[in-house]
Order: sequence, then C-alpha cells, then structure tokens
Amino acid sequence: MSIDQSTAAKVAKLARIKVEEDALPALAEEFNTILGFIEQLNEVDVDGVEPMTSVTPQRLKRRVDEVTDGSQQEQVLANAPDAREGFFAVPKVVE
Amino acid sequence: MSDLNKLGLAEARDLLRKGETTSVELTESCLAAIASADALNAFVHKTPETALERAKAADARIAAGDAPAMCGLPVGIKDVFCTKGVTSQAASGILEGFKPEYESTVTQKLQDAGAVMLGKLNMDEFAMGSSNENSTYGAAISPWKRAGDDTDLTPGGSSGGSAAAVAADLCLAATGTDTGGSIRQPAAFTGTVGIKPTYGRCSRWGIVSYASSLDQAGPMTKSVRDAAIMLEAMCGHDAKDSTSADLAVPNFEAMLTGDINGKKIGIPKEYRLDGMPDDIAKLWDEGTAMLKAAGAEIVDISLPHTKYALPAYYVIAPAEASSNLARYDGVRYGQRATLEAGDGITEMYEKTRAAGFGAEVQRRIMVGTYVLSAGFYDAYYNRARRVRTLIKKDFEDAFAAGIDAILAPTTPSAAFGLGEMQDADPVKMYLNDVFTVTLNLAGLPGVAVPTGVDAKGLPLGLQLIGKPWEEGDLLNTAYALEQAAGFVAKPLKWW
Repeated sequence: MSIDQSTAAKVAKLARIKVEEDALPALAEEFNTILGFIEQLNEVDVDGVEPMTSVTPQRLKRRVDEVTDGSQQEQVLANAPDAREGFFAVPKVVE
Repeated sequence: MSDLNKLGLAEARDLLRKGETTSVELTESCLAAIASADALNAFVHKTPETALERAKAADARIAAGDAPAMCGLPVGIKDVFCTKGVTSQAASGILEGFKPEYESTVTQKLQDAGAVMLGKLNMDEFAMGSSNENSTYGAAISPWKRAGDDTDLTPGGSSGGSAAAVAADLCLAATGTDTGGSIRQPAAFTGTVGIKPTYGRCSRWGIVSYASSLDQAGPMTKSVRDAAIMLEAMCGHDAKDSTSADLAVPNFEAMLTGDINGKKIGIPKEYRLDGMPDDIAKLWDEGTAMLKAAGAEIVDISLPHTKYALPAYYVIAPAEASSNLARYDGVRYGQRATLEAGDGITEMYEKTRAAGFGAEVQRRIMVGTYVLSAGFYDAYYNRARRVRTLIKKDFEDAFAAGIDAILAPTTPSAAFGLGEMQDADPVKMYLNDVFTVTLNLAGLPGVAVPTGVDAKGLPLGLQLIGKPWEEGDLLNTAYALEQAAGFVAKPLKWW
C-alpha cells in the first residue's frame, strides 16, 4: 500500500492538522516508510486469534449512577483560550 | 552535612528518621543543585517555594512521629503529570501555560505520603520519542559524556528530564511514564533504575494520555531499593481510573531479600539481534552469569512473536494517540492559533494543531488517523491487536512453563549524541524501543538495572521482565542483579 500526496492531504484533513501543499510529498514519503515497517505484520498468521481489548482481564467495576461532582464553572473555564460570560467562545459555527 | 542531594531515597529516609537531617536541608540541597544545572535542561518548571513549604510540613510530620516512607523526600515530577496550579504541558507547545485545576492521582499519593515536589521535568512531547529531542523546551541533556569526547548525549526518552535529573543528583528520585520504554530506556542510558509496573498498578488519572492501553507511571531512582519504596507510594486502586487494579499493594521493600536461589530465569533467544553490539551481548552474558552464580537456574526460552512487537506498537500507539489527542482543539485549554478574518471553526482546529504540535506528534496522529480510517481498520488496527494477543501469549507460555523472570538488554546501544539521529528516518529512532515495547503490549512489569559501562564509559542496563502483579518478586531479582553487578559509576560534573 503506497500513500500518494492526495491521500496524505486527506489524512491531514481528517486529523485536523493543516499541512502546506509543499510539505505533502515529504509527508507522504514518511508515511510510506512507517507503513512499510508496519507491513511486516502481514507475515503473522492471525487466523482465529481474538484482537486484544484489555491487556489485564478484568471486569469493569460498577458504580452507582449519581452526580458526584460539578458546579465548577470557573475551574473548567480557567484554562480556556477564549471564555466569555461563562462559556467557551469559538468562531462562528452556523451561518 | 553536604551533598545531601546525592543521597538515595532509602538513605535520606533513614537519616530523617534518626533526626540527622531535615527535609528542609535535603530540599535546599536539591534546589541548589537544580539552580546550577540549567545546562542539562532537565527541570523546566521549578517550584522552589512550594517545595520549601512542603519540606517544612514534612519536617513537622516527622517530628510528630507520622512519617510514611516518602515523607520529606524531594523528587522531580515528569511534565506529563497534571499538578494543581503548576504548569503541566507534557512538553507540548499546544499546552503552553496550562495550569491544571486538579492533581493527578499518582502525584497526589506522593504528596499525601509527604514527598516534596521540586518542579517539573523535561520529556518528549506527549511522551512520544526516545531522545527527549521532541520537546517544546528543547532537548534535555545527559550528565554523561563519552570518554574524551565533549558531544552532548541524549538522556533517552521520553522520560529524559527525569533520567538526567536523577543521574545528575538534582533530586533523590523522579516520576516517569512508560508507553513503549520511556522509563526503562532513559534509565539504561543514564545508569539509573526504572520500573514500569504491571498495567493497572498505577492510576493513569491526571496523567496526560498518549496511548491509554499501554501507558503506565513508575519511579526512576538511584537504586532498586529506592524503586521499591517509591513504587509502593505511587500505586494502588483508584476509582477515577477504570483500568486501575483493585489489588492490595504489597510492601515491596520488605521483599528485597536478595535471595533468588532456585528462581528460573528465561533468556529469550529472539532478543539476540543480528548486529547486536559486542558491549551489549557481553553485558547480557555477564548478567546471566551473575544471576546463575546467585543460585538462579538459567533457561533458554523462545518468545516467537518478538519481532512483530515494534510494528504492532506503531499501529496501536498512534491509533490511540490520534484519538486521545483529538481533545487539543484550541477551545478548552492550551493555545489557540491566531486566526484570520473569515476563518471558521475548521481553520481554527487545523491551524491550532499545526502550530501547537511538534513534527513527531503530528506524524503519529496522522499515522493513527490513517490506520483507523475506513477500509484500513481491519488490515492495520485489528491485525495489530491480534498480533498483540499473540505477543502476550508468548510470555504466558513462558511463565506457564515455570519461568519466574526474563533477562534481556534494555536498549540496543548506549546513549547516542543529540542530533545524531536527526537525518535518520523515523523508523530508525523507533528501533530504540525494540527490547522494551513487548512488555507494554503484554502489560507486564519490567525493571531496568544498570550493570556495566561500554568501552567509552557510558552506562548500560539490563532489563528484567516479571509476571503480572509480581513487582515485588521482580524487584527482588533486580536487587540480586544490582548487588552482583555493583554498578557505582557516576557522571563527572561538567555542567
């Protein structure tokens, strides 16, 4: 599987990372190096092997479904790059 | 008493209990060492005032007879741990200025035990790297130099600042985190001890996530005994991390008898790589002989899927990273890029993430995005998770056959020079983790112990791999190895 520039651009878009047009060839090449390395996994016979979901077999603990925290608006907003009137502020989202 | 900063945790604790020193004296000694060690770029946020306040409180506790093992002992904290009111950036530009409103469970436990935080330590951005060169603060620099060569060396990564600080005696010990070898590789590069416990031993709550199914915190120390003391203070069940194990935490230090008579130590043939440097092969053979002389039975074993651990890791870790790091969007915390008129929310995300993340982090997020994308999920991600099952089974089979611990090198070489890997492709840097990453995939505990130096005088380490939840037994084997190796080399002070 070889990645071309348009695939690299698509991946950058999906990852929401701006990559300038002239940086795409080098990025595609890096992807190909890494994916070439990963291709080794195709040598392994994985028939009938379950994909791992939890490395230490354990049941998730249950807890009571109740409010245990909250009313911390000030702390929640304290590190926001732009907070106004008790909200996170972002550029206009709807036209 | 001078040079208190050069003490280990156990020695300092014993002096405190005998009233022969105070936490304030220990802390002042470390703060002075830190102040004169900016050349190492290990401490990136210093907290001297908080440290002295906590030291005074610790002295009061000791005087009152309430002194847990870590009480009054000054330590450094990797920047990946959220510490309330103290900048915590995981060495990323995207989290510049981030001051958490909460404290990570591990650092809270250390604080409750009376440990004194001296400041935050350099690391690779979001713990992605093996040289500490991927840091918004610039590289941390090893206190070690090759004999007759002034080249700056890497302390390893991602916990490079922690390793440099402990090796240079800027603190008594430090916290690290290990996703693919980030505690053990820097420990090996700097002649220090580092243990990654079993997945689930330490709570991950409040630790900036990289790859959640692999990340574990652990101590980086000057001796195996110190690692046992600090690990006990760091681990334990936490309701805030659903993967944290609800198991009793043993007194690890009490398990250090040094008696490994009759223990079966496995030597995995797949770890003997083609082209392994003679220094590493010799170190491994010597370590094997030491354990044998101490009464252990040496058994050749096979871990047939070892070769596939690194490629499986470089699917699973980026996949989880791409998901975990989606939260850095320029809205809730950290930096937002400067926007132009007319830029909408998509431009805000894209510009913020392009400006805020370093090159390696961007690379891993995008690789992760690719392997999780429609059409490739099965071919890459699910296949890697299947291979992970097989890698874990390799170890289970070895343990089922009666093996108590496995001995292997920690790294394929000694520390390299800063910038020496700059022109290499990313995969070459990834090979640093070839011996360490298998344990993260299998969730097993592993400890790096310094056992020798190479021809240029640089420290080299061996790694012991243990059964799940048996850190105490593993540390005891490490203790026996440490006693036999008698590693005492220290870097000459040049900074």
